[in-house]
Amino acid sequence: MSDTEKSTAEKGTAEKGGAGEIPILEARDLHAGYGPVKVLHGMDFVVNTGGVTTLLGANGAGKTTTLRAICGMVRSTGELIFDGRRINNMPTEAIAAMRVGHVPDGRGTFMELSVEENLRLGGYARRDPIEADIERMFGYFPKLKDRYRQQAGTLSGGEQQMLAIARALMIKPRLLLLDEPSFGLAPLIVREIFAIMRQIIASERTSILLVEQNASLALAIADMAYLIETGKIVMSGPAADIRKDESVRRAYLGY
Amino acid sequence: MEGLLHQVISGIATGSIYASISLALVMIFLATHQINFAQGEMAMFSTYIALTLIQAGVPYWGAFVLTLALSFIAGMVMQRTVLEPLARAPVLASVGAFLGLLLIFNNIAGWLFTYSLQPFPSPFGEGKPILGGMLSRHEVGSIGVTLLVLVVVWAFFRFTKLGLALRGAAYNPESSRLVGIPVARMLSLGWGLAAAIGAIAGMMVAPIVFLDPNMMGGVLLYAFAGALLGGITSPLGAVVGGVLMGVIENLAGAYVVGTELKLTTALVIIVLVLVIKPTGLFGKALASRV
Repeated sequence: MSDTEKSTAEKGTAEKGGAGEIPILEARDLHAGYGPVKVLHGMDFVVNTGGVTTLLGANGAGKTTTLRAICGMVRSTGELIFDGRRINNMPTEAIAAMRVGHVPDGRGTFMELSVEENLRLGGYARRDPIEADIERMFGYFPKLKDRYRQQAGTLSGGEQQMLAIARALMIKPRLLLLDEPSFGLAPLIVREIFAIMRQIIASERTSILLVEQNASLALAIADMAYLIETGKIVMSGPAADIRKDESVRRAYLGY
Repeated sequence: MEGLLHQVISGIATGSIYASISLALVMIFLATHQINFAQGEMAMFSTYIALTLIQAGVPYWGAFVLTLALSFIAGMVMQRTVLEPLARAPVLASVGAFLGLLLIFNNIAGWLFTYSLQPFPSPFGEGKPILGGMLSRHEVGSIGVTLLVLVVVWAFFRFTKLGLALRGAAYNPESSRLVGIPVARMLSLGWGLAAAIGAIAGMMVAPIVFLDPNMMGGVLLYAFAGALLGGITSPLGAVVGGVLMGVIENLAGAYVVGTELKLTTALVIIVLVLVIKPTGLFGKALASRV
């Protein structure tokens, strides 16, 4: 594990120096859906290595479906290239084992298990010791440390969201998929979680794909942004440019 | 008074055997939300395998370990070949499969080993009853074996990475796959474990009731009642409920309904639990995820 880690880290820096950065994830003409209902109609996007990319869109635009296609939970056609390898329709657990962390829709808490056990399960795919990383998670999320032995189902929504992020980080993700971490939380809690996410982006060596309805929050921490409408990318570019765009501001940012 | 104490203590002895089957039922239920009606017959069949090995000259504990290993593998294979293909089928299809397995094991056992009662050896010897004459050596031994099994199973689920992964896969398969747990493999592992635990119960009960293809019919009923009584979602509850059923059975048989009708106490308990407290003593209500 540590060997591959080193080599990807070296590759990462080498690529950054060069002209064309190789993306950790690339989607080409991605189609996906649930049985006869097609949700994605040919999506093209990239997640740059070490970067934060955000997918913005309204309810039902296909944001969650995109993430589910990446992690192999819905069938897809087209190309999904992770680290140079096509991963369409691979088993979910095999994709996770390639160190793709996922903070799923609905947080995916193991309700009956303790906070500690949730974190341990997060590190399941790893072969190396995980104790130090559990401690590291408590650095980001001190609240979880206070609830270490507590049953995760008894945590508040915000705490469960923190637990979901910590659990996904336990796999030492090379790609972290975040599905609406602000969903259903009080504004104050959302601000707290996004502040922590800034720390995580600054100190973890991971690439992030963030799906959000809350565009202003997402654009503030992302460097690339894509706008989805009914399963298609309608606009893309550096987050800073998207934020300045007149039509985006009116439709998604509300000012 | 002495008679009552005797009934309670020997109830604990048979109850500990029920507890093993209850635990096997709960393990499968937690993972699949289904009751394996064939659990008892699988245990009976395992016991015949043990008897065959012993008759072939394998020493008792060697046959014991071999039987556990074979049962474990058979359980995994059954999950893979029979239950896995039905994973997305309606519940009734699985119930049909469980009942089918029950009949198949029962009939094959009858065909291979005949329906006549056969004595099964106890590893704990005949000797004089102990504990003031209340328990036979075999009863004490089987309580000991059951306790050991329960502690080992508990420690496995509580302290090992694989045990935790099994629990995660049972409680939340989707999140488990997202952290890299091969949920399908965990399910067959759970089936293997349940089959092995059942085999132990079969080998412990056979010296008491004699071995025949219908040996586990009553045991499964008591064990199911015990699992419900303790709470079908709680492994600890299964054990407590199983032991309680052994005691209830004995007391009802001695003082209430008589030995002829004591199996009805299992049905009464099942109905009472489902009507009064469906979650049992230790269970939790199952929230279905949308």
